[in-house]
Amino acid sequence: MPKYMLIMRSTAAAVEASKNLDFEEIINAMGAYNESLMQAGVMVGGEGLADEPGVVVDFSTDDRIVTDGPYGETHELFNGFWMLEVSSQHEAVEWAKRCPLGPGSKLEIRRVTDESDFADFSDNEFIQKEEGWREEIAKKADNR
Amino acid sequence: MPGDVENTVAAVWRIEAARVIATLITFVRDVDLAEDLAQEAVVDALRQWPQQGIPQNPGAWLTAVAKRKAIDAWRRRDALAERYAAMAEHLDETVDDELEPIGDETLRLVFVACHPVLSRESQVALTLRLVGGLSTDELARLFLVPVPTMQQRIVRAKKSLSAARVEFEVPPPHEWPARIASVLSVVYLIFTEGYAATSGDSWMRRDLAAEALRLGRRLVGLLPRESEAHGLLALMELQSSRFGARIDANGNPVLLADQDRARWDHGQIARGRASLARADALASRKQYALQAAIAEQHAIAASVETTDWQHIVLLYELLGRVAPSPVVDLNRAVAVSMAGRPEAALAIVDALATDSRWRASPLLPSVRGEILLRLGRAVEGRIELLRAAELTANERQKQALLHRAAHSAP
Repeated sequence: MPKYMLIMRSTAAAVEASKNLDFEEIINAMGAYNESLMQAGVMVGGEGLADEPGVVVDFSTDDRIVTDGPYGETHELFNGFWMLEVSSQHEAVEWAKRCPLGPGSKLEIRRVTDESDFADFSDNEFIQKEEGWREEIAKKADNR
Repeated sequence: MPGDVENTVAAVWRIEAARVIATLITFVRDVDLAEDLAQEAVVDALRQWPQQGIPQNPGAWLTAVAKRKAIDAWRRRDALAERYAAMAEHLDETVDDELEPIGDETLRLVFVACHPVLSRESQVALTLRLVGGLSTDELARLFLVPVPTMQQRIVRAKKSLSAARVEFEVPPPHEWPARIASVLSVVYLIFTEGYAATSGDSWMRRDLAAEALRLGRRLVGLLPRESEAHGLLALMELQSSRFGARIDANGNPVLLADQDRARWDHGQIARGRASLARADALASRKQYALQAAIAEQHAIAASVETTDWQHIVLLYELLGRVAPSPVVDLNRAVAVSMAGRPEAALAIVDALATDSRWRASPLLPSVRGEILLRLGRAVEGRIELLRAAELTANERQKQALLHRAAHSAP
């Protein structure tokens, strides 16, 4: 079953507007949504990003240009993601539609690559190393 | 992608099936009728959504349409027309756009689908259909049977429930342990059907194992205090983490010892270990948690040689007490042999060999052959491996055993 990432993006205006709402209500609405994903057995991961300025490294020139974030012309903020394991892209879209987000927010739905996407490079040393890295990362997560 | 109503309806059905059917059963008190009404509502959706657009809350839409169909049917043959008419009036108002809690209703549905009056085969088909939202066509594809066969299976199952007048409620407390055990074994059976497939396209069978995992994740949501639900999920996550390495480029099975461990899915291993930790936090290990713990020992070892075989022996001893079976004893023998005590392992296997149930199985001679080779008794070991090859129906396994016999050091 394929995995899809739901990528949450909001305009700066939408983020500002949300600050006037009761934060606990936002937590409750999002919590109910996450619970429905868990109860349906489709959620395998996800994180939210802190609402504080980040930094952007730009590769336009030979010396990397470091500026305050966010990147992009539209000033859309990437502020979190879900990882769902579902039967199809359509199912991922149906789940995304249920997310309690308001005007100015968008969810982009992208398939996560798996082994089969790199089948032609299965003898590449880094492709082989990658699973070892995942294991190390998982161990670190266990010890947290 | 957008405007693709048929796929959207199918996706909605996957998400909403359990809730829609559970709500309808509460309404009409009959599984067979509830499922038929739901299917009719799906047909309506396919007809109407292309023109009217997809409703805000498609699950509620399907439920409301199906309820209305039920009421129309009653109206046509019932003297209570007025009461039902009044109910129908209020139907539109009861469609709300909130995400309601679905735990209790879905759990009741799971208990119905795995009801003891049904055969194992029916329980499997109904669980995937009613709880998992799979269509008859999808089920037929996953179980490698013709569509009419699967249709028959579903119809028979629903008729059995109706005939037995199965109550759509959560069983009384004293029945819980047995009922939950049967739910867990249905899900694990679906998983092993996909994981240890002896026929069919291996990729297709992976889909079946993935469906079982999805059901397992649901069960954990429905039964969060049930240690063995977490144990089963842990077991399935850990076992499927090896999928990518179990079959080589030509579709031949790769034994644990020869698997490229870099190709195991370590993200999945981490999830499985987390589930096992949750199971352990709730209760002492039973059947599924113990098997998960054995899978975990393999998952965290860098190679067969560095595996903690002694720990695995202990886990098999515990498993033998909780769920005794000759297969568990045979696996314990393998672990004892790998832990460096082939003599003791041979004693276990020889004690098992007196049981006539092993007579036609290639498992025992193949294990006995390996142990004898380990003891340096090459001639006897080869004879056992050849006997195992003779008893094996699976051509690929037969070749592997013959190859092993031919290449065992004298």
